[in-house]
Formats: sequence, structure tokens, C-alpha cells
Amino acid sequence: MDVSQYLEIFIDETKEHLQSLNEHILILEKEPENENTIDEIFRAAHSLKGMAGTMGYKKMQRLTHDMENVLSEIRNGNMKATSELVDVLFRGLDALEDYLASIQTDGTEGDLDSEDIINSLNKILDIGLGKIQSDADENTSTPSSTDDSSKPDIKEYNDKEKFRYLKIEEHEKKAMAKAMSLDLNVIGLTIYIQEYCVLKGARAYMINRSLEEHGEIIKLHPSAQDLEDEKYDFDYSVYVITRETPEQLKSYAMSVSEVKEVVADYIKLDDDEIQRYLEAIKQDETTVSATKASGDSGDLKGKSNPTKKQPTKAVANRSVRVDIEKLDVLMNLVSELIIAKNSLVSSSSSLHEVLDVSYFDQIEYLERVTTNLHESVMKVRMVPIESVVNRFPRMIRDLSKSLNKPMELYMTGEETELDRTVIDEIGDPLMHLLRNAADHGLEDKEERKTTGKNPVGSIYLDAYQDGNNVIIEVRDDGKGIDLEKIKNKAVERGTITPEQAERMTDKDIIDILFMPSFSTSENVTDVSGRGVGLDVVKTKIEALGGDIIAKTKLGEGSNFIISLPLTLAIIQSLMVTISQEKYALPLGNIQTVENVRSKDIKNVNGKEVLNLRGNVIPIIRLNEILECDNIQEADEILVVIVKKGERYAGMVIDDLLGQQEIVIKSIGKYIDNHKIVSGATILGNGEVALILDVNSLI
Amino acid sequence: MDEINSKQYISVKLGNDVYGVEIKYIDSIIVMQRITRVPKAQPYFLGVINLRGEIIPVMSLRRKFDLEEDEFNSLTRILIIKPEPTAAPVGMIVDEVNDVIELNNEDVKMMDYDEKDNLAGYSIGIGKYGDELINILNVPGVIADKEKS
Repeated sequence: MDVSQYLEIFIDETKEHLQSLNEHILILEKEPENENTIDEIFRAAHSLKGMAGTMGYKKMQRLTHDMENVLSEIRNGNMKATSELVDVLFRGLDALEDYLASIQTDGTEGDLDSEDIINSLNKILDIGLGKIQSDADENTSTPSSTDDSSKPDIKEYNDKEKFRYLKIEEHEKKAMAKAMSLDLNVIGLTIYIQEYCVLKGARAYMINRSLEEHGEIIKLHPSAQDLEDEKYDFDYSVYVITRETPEQLKSYAMSVSEVKEVVADYIKLDDDEIQRYLEAIKQDETTVSATKASGDSGDLKGKSNPTKKQPTKAVANRSVRVDIEKLDVLMNLVSELIIAKNSLVSSSSSLHEVLDVSYFDQIEYLERVTTNLHESVMKVRMVPIESVVNRFPRMIRDLSKSLNKPMELYMTGEETELDRTVIDEIGDPLMHLLRNAADHGLEDKEERKTTGKNPVGSIYLDAYQDGNNVIIEVRDDGKGIDLEKIKNKAVERGTITPEQAERMTDKDIIDILFMPSFSTSENVTDVSGRGVGLDVVKTKIEALGGDIIAKTKLGEGSNFIISLPLTLAIIQSLMVTISQEKYALPLGNIQTVENVRSKDIKNVNGKEVLNLRGNVIPIIRLNEILECDNIQEADEILVVIVKKGERYAGMVIDDLLGQQEIVIKSIGKYIDNHKIVSGATILGNGEVALILDVNSLI
Repeated sequence: MDEINSKQYISVKLGNDVYGVEIKYIDSIIVMQRITRVPKAQPYFLGVINLRGEIIPVMSLRRKFDLEEDEFNSLTRILIIKPEPTAAPVGMIVDEVNDVIELNNEDVKMMDYDEKDNLAGYSIGIGKYGDELINILNVPGVIADKEKS
């Protein structure tokens, strides 16, 4: 079978399953008895095995199969999820990820060998089950439901009788045992539907309904939900408790049209088993585990009451996978549309006298529609940052083990959404920051104890939206950054002169951390050292149009605050003029616009500042920075108050043109403008206006 | 026409000199546009223009070659240059665009490269067209700003 067309889907889904496994195994480690988690893990592992098998990836299949075996024992309560087991499972996941990476690059699994992981899995299985392993195997691993040694006639299983290979849950066995004790028949059927059948979901529903008229369906494979969603090939299996014979049931099922074939037979449990399950039903609390070696499984067993439990599959996912490039094209078209709209608006404004009022209504309507269109397209591109951060708990767990420092990661705001392009890029910087926090920020256990802190270190990752920006904070409650040390080191290395060092504020010193010369240096402040430079982090984030600042308190921890623009391509901006030139200021940075009397601007230490409602705000003369012609100073000047992190600045402008939605275009890499300009935009009249990078100006 | 032995050039005028720009670099030639100044840019970059929705930086060859300041008139043209087929375009302002000419390779004398002379790197050779001498422009060299002031 040619499976190449499914490769992409396979890779995507495998990634999802691996992620889900990672998350749930982490939970499992903390709550070894959490049944839902175990079910979830088992399901993910099972799907993974199935998919790998279908695609012909034997090694993946084998590894997942063995992982599944172990998981199935845990699920049945024969084993406990020990930390050792979790380690091996994680190693298995890593190996699977490696296989996947190899498949992604060249389509084959590569020659990675996972034999030792399989061996460890089997060893754990043996130890966990002890001597009664063979017994347990019959209950769980062998898919056949019947203990058929006493009934040689059933041994000639027909391949078509797929129902024989289903795994029967404990509670189902109990129900079966009860039925048998009441002289009812338990009948398994496998129903084959014609391959040309169009509505196989509906077909299955009809068959099941006609079966239910004659008995009770206790098991469906695939689940009822999946059948309804047509998530099955052309056959499915069902167990029915009934008074009728297999032949009768067969004829009922065959009476539904488009059914190709039905095979049916009795399902038998041997007498011992019936006896056992009957007892289990009688005394709900006493468990079958009496016959099994593993004593721990008692309470788990008790929970699996004979209530009929369909696996709660998520309702059919109403989403479509779209190539990101197609979205980019859409985005570009929307950008063009907005430019066209802007030019229509600007050309019509001069024709106010001539044109009808309804024309302007239409223009307004067009504006609304394009804005909504833009927002919708933007939303389509938005992805929750969950997809990036969900690998971090695992990473911190591993770091905690390898660094031998107990620590916990607390995350909030995983649902905060960011543009897809940002999401793709933000993972590495965040990982750097978390690693830094874990490795250098947090003290080791003893040190924490002596300073009276909780021996378990805490790292926080908080994401939230703030106006037009998304803020991601990476915090730790470690020892903080020693500013004196940085200062001394910086002087020593000649990064700054001693005189400069004297004058530096704490803020300035922290900024040294982000300088390239400090990146891969030896332990400056114990904040670097892994070759993970904060300057790399800063560069990356700035490339995304964002900004990063650090705060630290010696002995109490440090906090890195990243702010990122919500959208990349189109932003709301304030259009201003500075000596006849038009510039755009991103609205996200702007706090207020103030009318200020020139005499209120004071000179402090050679710097102009403005006292605005109690805040002293430095004044930036944009016309000087932008090398514009000097203009005559008026009595009143316009000052745009912008905010960067915690800092404010007032930018002097000449005139306000108003708010406008602008499309950001790059000015290319040829022009070196010292980061003053972050891009350009095309105005309605075709003119180009530059977008000022407020962050770099402050 | 033997393609291997000859190349086509656009001959442009800059002051008193005639320069040849190999045709493979030329994306288009447009008339003078309104240029938006970019503050703090390299002095020879006059700014950016909007060409059919694309923002293109424009440099003055006169400033680059230390000639007198440009005087824009109806003959002034902007050559839209792509140093590589996939690279972003750059505009170059010239006084005048004359013609498309074809030079046989033997008529082009490659220049000896002089490390010390910055301006020398901007021309890769001298072509002989009739009795006119044409500077063959080193397009990537001009764009790549090797002096890095």
C-alpha cells in the first residue's frame, strides 16, 4: 500500500500523541492511581501503535507495543507506576521522537535501536507481575476472551471473527458472568458492511438498534461515538447479551441493507472465571486481585465498577488543517485590500463636496468589513502558546533530575494566543530562559534550606495579554542576579569603563547581560555558561518585534519579561508628522498624547524631563533623533507618552494625523538605520511612511 | 548573435561618464519617484520608494561615487536592480538611461583590482563600444557596501 500521502498526517498526529503521552505520564508520576490519565495514556499509545503499524514503521510499532503491554498492566491494576517505570517510559517516548524526527527527514525510521528500552520495559513487566505473569497475560494481553482450553471446537477461529480478538474489560467480564449465571447468552458478532456504503455511521446505528431490540449491547468496538462518526473501516464488532442464538442475531443484522456479512458465535467464560466475577459483583470491595500477586492493585480494582463505560472520546473535531503558506497568501491579500481601502478613503476625502452621502456610508461600511476581515484572518493564524510551552514541564522534570535540584514549574495562561509565526520562533528563547532559571537561577537544595526557602525551587511561566501585546514572564525564586558582580566583570572585560560603572543604574547593569560580549562568557553571574546567551534571546525576540527586560532582586529571584506584539503584519498606529515627514507610531506602545507647555519641560542633568501628574518622564526630541530640520518652538507642544515595560518616555511631535490601520512592510536589509525604523507602510496616497521602533528609541 | 561571447548591457549616464549595467541585474527602470527619507541610514541611501506596493530602498550612485549631488529632472531614472535573482531589489538613481548595448567579451577589458581604491571596486572592467569607453558596473560590489563606514 502506498502510504506516502498519509505521511504528513501521520507525522502530525504522532506528534500530538507523543505530546499527550508526555503530559499524561507526567501526571501519572504524580498521581499513580489516576484512572483517567492511565486510560488516556493507554489510548494514545494504542493509537500510536496502530498508526505506526499501518505506515509500516516496525520499530516504532514494536516499541509502542511493549510500552502498551506495560501500560495495560497498570490499567488493569496489576502493576504500579513507579518512578523507575516512568523513567523508562520517557526514554521510550524520546526514542519514538527520534524515530519520528528521522521519518520526517528521510521517511525511514533510521537504524536507531531501542532494544534496551524494550528490555527494560519487559523487565519491569516481569518484576511487576512476579510469578503470576502468565495468569495476568491471559486476562489482559491475549485478546481472546475465552479460556478455550476446555472447548477445543472453538479453537478453529475464523479470521473473520474479529470479535474474538477484542480486549474485554473487567467490568464487561462481570456483566458477562452475571448474564451467564442468569442463563442468558453472550454473543459476539462481527459485522461487515458493504464497501460502497455511503452512510456507514447511520448503517451501524441501524444495525445496533435492531440488535438492541433483542438484547443488550455490552461492548462495541470501535466505540459507539466512533461508529457514528464513521471512524471505522467496514467492519465492527459487538457483544450482545441476549436470549437468542447467534444465528438469530445474525439474521437480524443481515436484514439491514448494505450489510455484507455477519459472523456470530457464543462468547464463553470458563466456570472459574464466572464464579470469580460473580463473587466480585457480590462484594464490590473485595477484589479479584486476591488471585493475583500484586497486592497494591486492590484499590484500583475496586474502582472499576461494572458500570458500562464508553471511552470518552472528544466529539468529532471540527477543524481543518491548512498549510501555513496558504494563510500567508490570504494575509497578503488582506494587506493589499487594506492598502486599497486606505487609498480609497484618502482620495474620497478630498471630494467631499461632489459626492453623495451614501458614498461615504459605503466607504465606512467597507472599512468595517476590511477591519473585521483582517481580524478574522489574524485569528485564524493565532495559536495558543500551549503548543510551545507544553513540552516545558517535561524539560523541567528532566533538568530537575539531571541537576539534582528539586524544582517545580508553574504555568499559567497557556491559552494565550499568538501569531503562528511568533509561536514558531518563541520556543527556543523561552527554553533558554527556563534553562537559565533552573540551572543558574535556582540554588541547590542545601543552599535553599540554609536561606530558609522552600527546598523545592519554583519556576513560573506566566503568559497574558496586555493591550496589543502579549506578555510572557519567566520567573524563578532563586538567588537573583548579583549586580555588583556583573559590574565588576564588565569593567574587567573592558565592556564599560569604571567611570561608566559608577554612573550606571541597576537597570543599565541588567542591560549589560543582554550584550553580545557577555553571552558565552565564563560564569559571569552564573546566569550564562551553557553557551546560551541572553543576547541571542534578545535578538530573537527583537526580530519578532518584541522586547525583553529583566528584573532581579538579590536573594529573591529574577524575572524576565518578554512582550510580543499580538500581530505582525497589520497594526493600529498613530500617524504623526515630524517637520513635514509622516511617521507611524505603533498604538500598542502609546499611553496618552499630551498637550504640554514648553516651559513645563525642565532640564535635569542635561536631560529634558517632563513632570506629568507626578511622574518624571524623559523627553525625546524626535526631530533631533530623526535628523529633521529644526522647527520653531511653539508655546505648546504635543508629546506622545509611550511605555516600554515599566519605563515611560515622552516623544515630541509636530502634529497628529490620526489613528490608522497600517500594513507593515520591511524596508529591506540594505539600509542600516540603527533600528530606529522597524518598517514602512504605504499610505492611502501611495506615499511611504516609516514606522518608528519606539522600543529602541526609549 | 553568439550568446556566449557577448553580453547585453544597459548604458547609463552619470555625470560625464557612461556606465554599463549587465542586463541580468535589471528588474525594471522607472522614472523618478517621491522618496521617503530614512533617518540615520547610510548617506548614499536616499530613502525608500513604493513600487507597486513594495518598499524598495533607493541609493544615489552619485553619492556613492563621490560625485556632485543629484539633480533630479525628467531624464533621471531609477534602475531597479536585483543583485541575485531571489534577492530583494534595490533602486539606483542615474542621470539618464541611454540604450541597450551589446558588447563582445573581447571588447571588455577586465580591470586589475586595486584593494586600496574603494571606488575601483565598483567597476569590474572597461568596455569598448564604438569609440566610447564604458565602465562596467560591479553591481553586487556597489550594493554590498564594502567600505562599511
